[in-house]
Amino acid sequence: MCLAVPARIIELKGDEAIADCMGNRIETKTTLIPHVKLGDIILIHAGFAITILDEEEAKKTWQLLADLENFSRNDNTDSG
Amino acid sequence: MLERINRAYKEIARAQKTLGRKINIMEVCGTHTVSIFRAGLKTAFPDGLKLLSGPGCPVCITDQGYIDAVLTIADRDDCMIATYGDMIRVPGKKGSLETKSNKGNIKIVSSAEDALRLAKENPDKKVVFIAVGFSTTAPATAVVANEAIQQEIKNLLIFSNHKLVIPAMNALLTQKNHRIDAFLCPGHVSVIIGSDAYKPIVEKFKKPCVVAGFEPMQIIEAISEICRQIAENTPQVASLYHAAVTEQGNKTAQKIIEEAFDITTGCWRGLGDIENSTLKLKEKFSEIDAEKQLYIKPMPEEDIPGCCCGQILCGLMDPPDCGLFSTSCTPDTPIGPCMVSSEGACAAWFKYTRKKRQN
Ligand code: SF4
Repeated sequence: MCLAVPARIIELKGDEAIADCMGNRIETKTTLIPHVKLGDIILIHAGFAITILDEEEAKKTWQLLADLENFSRNDNTDSG
Repeated sequence: MLERINRAYKEIARAQKTLGRKINIMEVCGTHTVSIFRAGLKTAFPDGLKLLSGPGCPVCITDQGYIDAVLTIADRDDCMIATYGDMIRVPGKKGSLETKSNKGNIKIVSSAEDALRLAKENPDKKVVFIAVGFSTTAPATAVVANEAIQQEIKNLLIFSNHKLVIPAMNALLTQKNHRIDAFLCPGHVSVIIGSDAYKPIVEKFKKPCVVAGFEPMQIIEAISEICRQIAENTPQVASLYHAAVTEQGNKTAQKIIEEAFDITTGCWRGLGDIENSTLKLKEKFSEIDAEKQLYIKPMPEEDIPGCCCGQILCGLMDPPDCGLFSTSCTPDTPIGPCMVSSEGACAAWFKYTRKKRQN
């Protein structure tokens, strides 16, 4: 429940956004970062964007998440 | 990478020399716990360094009294429970939410917004949102509380047990028998509270507080930095998670928390009551405050017999020291919350080390 994921905002209406995380569409609220813009990369935690990230950092985390996913698949235990 | 690991080794040796004994670093973040185990860091470091898993997993630190109160609500026919998935298997006195899910009134949500949606879809039920977690999930609860009032949705009830991590760190260092030399501070909580929030801890206890993200490399660097500070006796706040954490944190989120919650004394598993550590909804939200609307009385804190989660969360014991670890308590048959939660120390220990009980 503590894990946060980076995602790029592809739709934004008021404080409701749809963001793309490695091809997955995530609905998120941007209430906590009011100055966010379309195209920004945000860090999403439990359905809420908590900060804006730069591209480089986001890429690092995406890579890590991809590795974890492969890891979990070979691991057959729920990773939460 | 090797270079950074070598540097960490050197700093650990220097710090060990300064202290004249083993160094104990506590992480207070479930994501760090999992990262540390996954990357094999627990065993990668020399013997002179011990990593302790502290009260960083929101499910693990939630007190038994609160869990038993949630289970009582789950028994009511007029209520529906909306909970983050991790809470579902935590055992209480009488079963867990999972064992009560046959009535179809226990719903897993991944966001506080989902709880609001459930309330709209189920107007004949009181939808009780199990609001747990640290400063990362608290602002989301506050936003949803505001939305429920604005949209006049009266059947969403919020049962708040959000926790603040700084008072817990303070309580840990105040315990006489603690063995903590420094804290590895949580990345995402720090996005909200800011790295400056740890300054009072450093000033009062002279212990390094270093923020890191959840990448293993960053954790290794944070450990180097902590050991450098110990070796040179210059305890301070440092952050290696520049990409997301600022000194001041997310001011908007802090304000939303402040306007929605009162800070009160609250109970933590293992640590007991801690002053100014728990967030309860302000008076203006009485209408949607589960405690007030459902007349929930504080339940007595009763430990699970034989389970040592409390001591583990305080860094006083390792999971294999618990008599039930990997014998009767396993991820498939969890006895305490540290084995239930994927971010709990016992679950991580079991999954990644498969270490048997040390007799
Ligand atoms: S191994 Fe099980 S019973 Fe022992 S402390 Fe961990 S969760 Fe509790």
